[in-house]
Amino acid sequence: MAEASYPSDLKYHEEHDWARIDGDIATFGITWYAQDQLGEVVFFDVPEVGKTVRMGDPYAEVESVKAVSDVIAPLSGEIVEVNEALSNGPEAINEDPYDSGWMVRVRLSDPSEVDSLMDAAGYQESLS
Amino acid sequence: MLAAIGAESIDALFDDVPVGVRLGRALDLPPGKPEQEVYGYLRELAAMNVSAEDELSFVGAGMYDHYVPALIDSILARSEFLTPYTPYQPEASQGTLQVMFEYQTAISELTGLPVSNATLYEAPSAAASAGWLAHQQNRRGRFLVSRGLHPHSREALATTSAGWATAVEEIPLADGVTDPEALAAAVSDDVSAVFLQNPNFLGAVEDLEALVPVAKAAGALVVVQCDAIPLGILRPPGEFGVDIAVGEGQPLGNRLDFGGPSFGFFATRQDFIRRMPGRIAGQTTDVDGRRGFVLTLQTREQHIRREKATHNITTAQTLNALAAIVYLSWLGREGLVELGELLLQRTAYARDALTAIEGVEPLHSQPVVREFAVTLDADVDAVIERCAADGVNPGYPLVRDYPEFQNGLLVALTEQRGKADIDRLASTVQAAVREAVPA
Amino acid sequence: MNTDPTSSASTGPQPTETAQQRDRARTIFERSQPGRRAFVAPRLDVPTQDGLLPDRFRRTEPARLPEIAEPEIVRHYNRLSKRNFDLDTGFYPLGSCTMKHNPKLHERVAALPGNARLHPLQHPRRAQGALRLMWELQNALAEVAGLPHVSLQPSAGSQGELAGVLLTRAYHEDRGERRTKVLTPETAHGTNPATVTMGGFELVKLGTSDRGDVDVEDLKAKLDDDVACLMLTNPNTLGLFDPAIEEIAHIVHDAGATLYYDGANLNAVMGRTRPGDMGFDIVHFNLHKTFTQPHGGGGPGAGPIAVSDRIEPFIPRPQVVRRESGNGAGPEFDLDFDRPKSIGRLRGFQGNYGVFVRSYAYILSLGFDGLQEVSETAVLNANYLMARIAETAGEQLPAAYERACMHEFVLTGGPMKKTFGIRTLDLAKRLLDYGFHPPTIYFPLLVDEALLIEPTETETRETLDAFAEAIGEILAEAAEDPEAARNAPYTTPVRRLDEAAAAKRPVIRQAL
Repeated sequence: MAEASYPSDLKYHEEHDWARIDGDIATFGITWYAQDQLGEVVFFDVPEVGKTVRMGDPYAEVESVKAVSDVIAPLSGEIVEVNEALSNGPEAINEDPYDSGWMVRVRLSDPSEVDSLMDAAGYQESLS
Repeated sequence: MLAAIGAESIDALFDDVPVGVRLGRALDLPPGKPEQEVYGYLRELAAMNVSAEDELSFVGAGMYDHYVPALIDSILARSEFLTPYTPYQPEASQGTLQVMFEYQTAISELTGLPVSNATLYEAPSAAASAGWLAHQQNRRGRFLVSRGLHPHSREALATTSAGWATAVEEIPLADGVTDPEALAAAVSDDVSAVFLQNPNFLGAVEDLEALVPVAKAAGALVVVQCDAIPLGILRPPGEFGVDIAVGEGQPLGNRLDFGGPSFGFFATRQDFIRRMPGRIAGQTTDVDGRRGFVLTLQTREQHIRREKATHNITTAQTLNALAAIVYLSWLGREGLVELGELLLQRTAYARDALTAIEGVEPLHSQPVVREFAVTLDADVDAVIERCAADGVNPGYPLVRDYPEFQNGLLVALTEQRGKADIDRLASTVQAAVREAVPA
Repeated sequence: MNTDPTSSASTGPQPTETAQQRDRARTIFERSQPGRRAFVAPRLDVPTQDGLLPDRFRRTEPARLPEIAEPEIVRHYNRLSKRNFDLDTGFYPLGSCTMKHNPKLHERVAALPGNARLHPLQHPRRAQGALRLMWELQNALAEVAGLPHVSLQPSAGSQGELAGVLLTRAYHEDRGERRTKVLTPETAHGTNPATVTMGGFELVKLGTSDRGDVDVEDLKAKLDDDVACLMLTNPNTLGLFDPAIEEIAHIVHDAGATLYYDGANLNAVMGRTRPGDMGFDIVHFNLHKTFTQPHGGGGPGAGPIAVSDRIEPFIPRPQVVRRESGNGAGPEFDLDFDRPKSIGRLRGFQGNYGVFVRSYAYILSLGFDGLQEVSETAVLNANYLMARIAETAGEQLPAAYERACMHEFVLTGGPMKKTFGIRTLDLAKRLLDYGFHPPTIYFPLLVDEALLIEPTETETRETLDAFAEAIGEILAEAAEDPEAARNAPYTTPVRRLDEAAAAKRPVIRQAL
């Protein structure tokens, strides 16, 4: 994705992760800023369904050629679905970080955590 | 130069060194010498050693006096291979990187395993590294090691794993090979990996077809340490479902050098590729579409992954790997097989010749390819000294590592030991056994 | 595309390939032709026996090694060698690697048959030359380190580090303590934290002060009685000598921990100061750095260690020792396996003897006076180069720390990136076209767009001047045309390579 973008329907964590909330299920991924910093993603080790994630803690790793970065969970819960396609097509994380680059879907354990996330404007401001 | 720096003196450049730790005297070493004196002195020291050049040697036990063809000397002497660093700037290091790629291909072929790295230091630490990989993979703490695994590998595994393994237990031998019942009894779901060697330290060919399934019965990884030369005629470990194959690279075109430097090969099944220790070269293309090679999967390594790296290793024994791929190319597809068959026949001849001597018995009667063990009815050290006086080194005294084989002798063959040499070995040992004090 | 700044052809890029670029890579396997061979097997001179090896143990198909004759093997590897830039050809200022000249005598002595064809299990009585060489090398290294006990066993720096961490563990356990943490500065070479993990310890990172030294307050805060060891390099990876080293050693020892010295930067201090005198308990040497074992494209090397009295009982076995022989014939050298508290062994046999021969030849050649001159000249050359680059490129590539360096120094390409839009990576690639190997890039991680430069003592002033001027020229070019550096290199056998593709879909062996 050539141009920076931060969809307004998403919530953002300061560690450069987004969440799309749909009832008590949330989809996670990394932001445009994060993938831009990483460079071309060459590997994403898809985590396992059933794994517990905690807000602010790493739940996966994403690799570029010369760097490895932790992917931080923006909210807490249990992984119910993973994006297997990223195993063979990690470039989706760079090309389409908010749609086909989605990483996991989580059943939230504490939906009130959403209130502590930033909105698109707030996140963008935090980047400057 | 000091003016350009803006410093008063060279001393000033060392101002950050606190007075309390300044040496304040010259190093207590002799002064520097002219090249010819250094050469003269080191030549004197070298002359005090009895090398395979000076005696007829049948010592193996992990390193073997194979013939190193002259083209290896000339290729390794090339500055362009000898003096560069690790190929971190691949555009200017295609020579090194392609050598690594060719080497990896050859090792995969020999072991029957699809993933090979570009070397580790040597075999025992490679075996220990396999233990580390297994531990990272399955988080179990117990290791089972055959008593047929090279004693240095067993010890290196124990030393290296001191901080994280719960136990390193030995599986005994029965008639010179790993005792399958003892192995079956020891295997359980807290075993991280089982280590075997083929041919084992006593030269015996192990029955991997029978042992590997037993070893894997509770989910452990199987690691086999191999001798590269017999792999020309032996079924490769990959065909038995072995997870990791390691081995000593010295026999492949590298010198004895009193034990190093050499290299360790390390090959695994496909799904361990991201857990591999050490450097790996991979093929790719440049901006104009030219084929080229780069270090790949570097995110495994210490310079990126740091405390989460698959291993702390930085060095690869690249120059030694170059010797190996040149050697394997020189031997060639048919040559490696011919070499194996030659060794097989001469080793059998040697074992027959020695065991025909009164006072010399086979230690085991397993199939052997290039090394075998006998037991003497005489003090083995006395026999060795008597043989040395006749310019023959008959083999390695097993008691050094196997107290149960008090007067055991491990005898190795290479293609440099012909029939006449073996006959001389037999007559020398015969005389020595006769003269020696009974055991 | 021939953008060779050193060619005298007309200006500007030319749409031609170099001869090497035209010569596409082919592997030795691809040069194979059925039936060709080099090896002539010795005649089978013993009676043939059948059934020696059961069929089920036998390979069914030969390994698919190349079929090729000697002339083609030689030609292949000669041509391949020319696709390498090497130290004997040009300047190689890789920070932290100590790319000093490899004296040619060393190959001659290593190749003496008494060394090269000596079996590691030869009886010590018949390997006295080798054992004596190792013993004398141990003594020389002990003197350089300022620590009395040396083990030559570890195969390389990383294995020396692992030895150090395992020795630390053994030392504490012997005292009845179980400590779980090891401290390293954030500037540490990646091997340090990787070693901590392999040693079964937990890593704790230390911060760096504004001056580039260890943050001593942070150290004090993190030192408790669960800390087993602090691992340091001094000078550190920023090329800076930490003046607080005495205080650091003091507080680490007060906390009961050991102090480990990563010897990668020893080239800066020989004859001037010694890690043992600074208070270190365990030191590793990189014989392939300070003691000029040729790098060989990545190895081999050796990583001997020197330790203090309190660590000595635990060093690896065997240890080379000197005994008075009973018969008055003079001392005998031996391998001592009787070391009940030893951590054991980390590798086979007794270490990389071929490397010891070369390093000892070096020490004999230089002597006490030469080794000191090595360090003084290394530090002089680094400071000089830093000053020259400040002249030719100081605004765009400032020093990361405004102070005298030791044998290496760090620049930051941050301003260059802002001004011209070219990164340290691009500068490095463009340097290749100028016939220089680039410095270390993007390490230490602490410095933005880092360039770590270590000239070593074997470079002339003219070479250092040429390097500084080349950097100036590249920046001048970037001012006009930043694309030139971004698309560099132009004159190497291949141009910029797609590393992402290699990582995404690894092809690590030839499909045969």
